[in-house]
Parts: sequence; C-alpha cells; structure tokens
Amino acid sequence: MSTGEIKRVIIIGAGQAGGETAQRLRQAGFDGDITLIGEEPAPPYQRPPLSKAYLKGEYDMDRLLLRPASVYAEENITLLTSLRAVWIDRANRRVRVEGGRELPYDVLVLATGAKPRKLPLVGADLDGVHLFRTAADADALRPRMVSGAKLVVVGAGYIGLEAAAVARQLGLDVTVIETAVRPLARVTSPEVAGFFLDEHTRQGVRFVLGGQPALIKGRDRVTGVALSDGADVPADIVIAGIGVTPEVALAQQCGLAVENGIVTNRQCLTSDPAIYAIGDCAARPIVHFDERVARLESVHNAVEGAKIVAAAITGGKPHVEEAPWFWSDQYDLKLQIAGLFQGYDHIVLRGVMADRAFAAFYYKGPKLIAVDAVNRPAEYLGAKMLIQTGRTVAPSELEDESRPMKEIVAAAR
Amino acid sequence: MAKITYIEHTGKEHVIDAPNGQTVMEAAVKHAVPGIDADCGGACACATCHVYVDPEWLAKTGEASSMEQSMLDFANDVEDNSRLSCQIKVSDALDGLVVRLPKSQH
Ligand SMILES: Cc1cc2nc3c(=O)[nH]c(=O)nc-3n(C[C@H](O)[C@H](O)[C@H](O)COP(=O)(O)OP(=O)(O)OC[C@H]3O[C@@H](n4cnc5c(N)ncnc54)[C@H](O)[C@@H]3O)c2cc1C
Ligand code: FES
Repeated sequence: MSTGEIKRVIIIGAGQAGGETAQRLRQAGFDGDITLIGEEPAPPYQRPPLSKAYLKGEYDMDRLLLRPASVYAEENITLLTSLRAVWIDRANRRVRVEGGRELPYDVLVLATGAKPRKLPLVGADLDGVHLFRTAADADALRPRMVSGAKLVVVGAGYIGLEAAAVARQLGLDVTVIETAVRPLARVTSPEVAGFFLDEHTRQGVRFVLGGQPALIKGRDRVTGVALSDGADVPADIVIAGIGVTPEVALAQQCGLAVENGIVTNRQCLTSDPAIYAIGDCAARPIVHFDERVARLESVHNAVEGAKIVAAAITGGKPHVEEAPWFWSDQYDLKLQIAGLFQGYDHIVLRGVMADRAFAAFYYKGPKLIAVDAVNRPAEYLGAKMLIQTGRTVAPSELEDESRPMKEIVAAAR
Repeated sequence: MAKITYIEHTGKEHVIDAPNGQTVMEAAVKHAVPGIDADCGGACACATCHVYVDPEWLAKTGEASSMEQSMLDFANDVEDNSRLSCQIKVSDALDGLVVRLPKSQH
C-alpha cells in the first residue's frame, strides 16, 4: 500500500510501544486517524519505575504517564482505555472490540505486550500473592510493603531482584526463591550474577537457590511457601517474578505467523502486509546480531518498534536501529546493559567487583557482543557504540584501566 | 513552579510552567517539546535528553554527577554547558531557566 492511501491506523495495546507509536506518527507528520485501544484504565505509562521508585512511593501515577492524558485529544489521537480488542478480521480489515463495535483500519499495529506468568502452584490465587506487571499490580502491593512484613519473591530475574531491593530499603524481611542454582540465570553471566547475589545477601536478602516451590500455603491469605524438599518459608506477601508470556492471542486468532512472539521482518511487518507488531509481543531480526530473530523485553525495543513503524507508515527515512540496551536499578547500583550476551565464549572484566563499579564485556571470538556495566556509564555507552557500529577492541585494551574508555572507543575499528 | 524556556535547534521557543520536583526533561516531554527524546524516561540510561544550559543559569542548575558526566562524554556536540535534562530537578530557584536543544540526540 502506498503511504498516501493510509488514512486509518489502529494500534492495539496502549503500553509503551503503542503509546510511542501514536506519538511518533504525529511527530512524523501523519495526519490520518489514529485509534489507540488499551485494556488498562490508564493512558500509556512507563513500567520500569513500577519495581523501582514507584514501589518505593517516590513516584505517583502522573509521573509514570508517557504523556499527560490531555495530549491525546490535543493531537487528535483517539485513545480508548479500559477496552479490549477481541477479534481481527483481516479480509475486511476490521477490529472488533468488547461490546461488539467494529473499527476499520488501513494499517494495524499490534502492541499487545506480554502477561506475567502465574505460579503454577496450588494457592497461587490466595490473597497476598501478587503478579508484577501493571500499575494496578504495584498499587496492590504498595500498602503491603511495610517494615517487618515477610516478603517472598519467587524468581530471581531483574524485576524480582529490584522488588527485593526496594523491600529491603523499606525494612521488609525478604527471601528470594529461585529454581536455578544462581540468580539472573537467563539474563547474565555467572560472574555478574554472583556479584548481585553477594550484594543482596549483604543487604540482608536470604536466597533459596535450586529451590522448588511446591505449594503456596494459607487459608484466606498467604502464610508461606512450601518447598519440595519439605522446607517452609513463611510469607505475608509473595511476588511471582517468573517471567512473562507474549500476548499473541489476537495474532493467532487471525492466523498471523507466531513463534516465540509474533514473527516480523526488520520493518516490524508481520506475515500480513497491513499489520505490524512491536514491543514485547513481537520477535524480529536484530540487525547487529546477524539478523538473529529475538523477542526482546525492554523499553529500548518498545521505542525502537515505534520509531520503525512510524517511519514505515509515513514513508519517512527508515529508522537507524540502535544496539539493544537495558538497565536495572538495585540499591545504589545502576546496571546498564548493551548488546545481547547469549552465545558469548569469554568475558573480560574492567575494574573490580569489590569496588561496586565494574564492567563485564562479553566476546564471541574476537567480537564484542555485550556489556554489563555496574556504576560504569562510560563503559556502557562506549560498548554500545562499538556494538552498534560493528567495531571491536582487544580484551587487553579494556583491561588496561589507565586508558579512558572514550579513547579506547575512538581508536577501535 | 518554574517557567522554563526550551529553544529548539531551529530557534523555535517553548515556554513551559514546570512543577517543582519534576525534572527539566519531564516538563519538556509532557508538553511534547520536540528535540528531547528521553527514551529511558529519566533513568540516566539513554543520554537522549541532552540540553545546553544558558550560561547564566549554570550556577543554579548545579554540577553534573560523575555518572551524568560520563554519559555526556559520549553524547554528540558536547559543550561545557551540556547537561542531561533528566538530572536537573525543577525548583523555584530555576524560574526563568533557558535551555537550548542540540541538533540531534543520536
Ligand atoms: C516491573 C517492570 C520493570 C521493568 N523495568 C525495565 C527496565 O528497567 N528497563 C527496561 O528497558 N525495561 C523494563 N521493563 C520492561 C518494559 O517495561 C517492557 O519491555 C515494555 O513495557 C514493553 O512495552 P509494550 O508496549 O510492548 O508492552 P506493555 O507495556 O505490556 O503494553 C501492552 C499493553 O497492551 C494491552 N493489551 C494487550 N492485549 C490487548 C487487547 N487485546 N486489547 C487491548 N489492549 C490490550 C495490555 O493491557 C498492555 O497495557 C520492565 C517491566 C516491568 C513489568
Ligand atoms: S532521559 Fe535517558 S538519560 Fe535522561
């Protein structure tokens, strides 16, 4: 379809990816209809602070919003909140929403995100057992995060560990149960995982590693988590932090190609040329990683999808993709990640972990593929730049702390 | 509350009433000032909220932390008065602040 024929864009999912798409379409000069449909009551908001400043009570909902609610009307974006899209009719290019109304589109953008996995255990529905994805989830948790309360986090991923850090800062008693033998097993190296394990332990978090939760105990309210080896961990609150599954129900219903996420090409186009898919629900070839198809769960990926799609719909200059990036805040540690570490064969450390400021660089052969930088922003940005431009540096250069990162990056090829 | 003037690279001005406690970045993004991307939402992780603080105001906006300074080292067209706007907190003392935006954040 030539871009001039696109008069009506519907975006399903008013999260970060959907919200950014609407905004960037307008910024790129698109003057047709934009309808943004979201199941949650709030206009698009940022999720990262939910497990950080918002959980601590330092942020309110207004501050989470990507844009004030009034902006959508001002920019002539039809924002339909608390409304679920239930059916896609590709042949007639229509979306049906709850209640039966049908809305026509020329281009459809699926930005349906992901939903948190429920604990597959008896007792998972007890009062006091929380999922952690939405502002409503955080709001339910917040009043219970009081000093002295016993929190059990099941799953030691970034969100679980961030919640654990906030809980310790608020004076809760915190236990993290993880089925793997180390925390962050899916997302970082044993070395960096070990650093975070030590840090949390020092801050008073107890870990049950290699632990198999068998049952959530309690009558009306949760009272604890029973492990398969017979041990019991008492709990007033349980947070399930065992990851998410991409929200692909609509894509499957209308017959789009779906694997681990809705499959798209580099332009975020699905197997239907009138339908794009972006953000946590979609998997696309990552240009800096030999076009390996990956479903990334990050703000970077949500924003990137929005930029790619806005450029494609308006026929503008294609967006130049950035190397993937991510961050996590725990206590006073800022972890900044660039690239994708999967498949690395060696790791190079710059700085020492005991200083609580170091960077772990991941190599595949001679190629630098990722960095985990703790309180080391120069190493993070420098490595991001190298990965983005396909350059690399010898490990010995990075190990030499006497040379500033900027200089190393400038000399790299 | 502080009145803040954002001047785009093209010279276009945006005058915004920014509430105390927000950051200079947030006030701009909430009012859709073009030229501040702020992809990370203020987490000091993206360096796409770069501004030039009008020299008269440098004393009042304070100094960049070492974290911010290291991020700025890698931004484009950095000057002595460069700051990451997500790291400047709005207060009454900044009433009248003028910041200029770079040509590009990437
Ligand atoms: C607690 C937490 C902390 C995080 N911290 C970080 C971090 O520090 N750094 C980072 O980079 N990333 C972080 N992330 C990840 C990041 O927030 C996500 O990758 C990002 O929000 C994905 O955006 P999205 O728009 O694809 O999905 P979502 O934000 O999940 O939005 C999808 C929206 O679509 C709606 N929807 C789904 N189906 C339908 C339907 N049929 N009809 C209508 N609406 C529908 C959903 O209700 C939802 O509101 C964090 C995530 C969480 C939950
Ligand atoms: S908004 Fe990302 S660094 Fe300022």
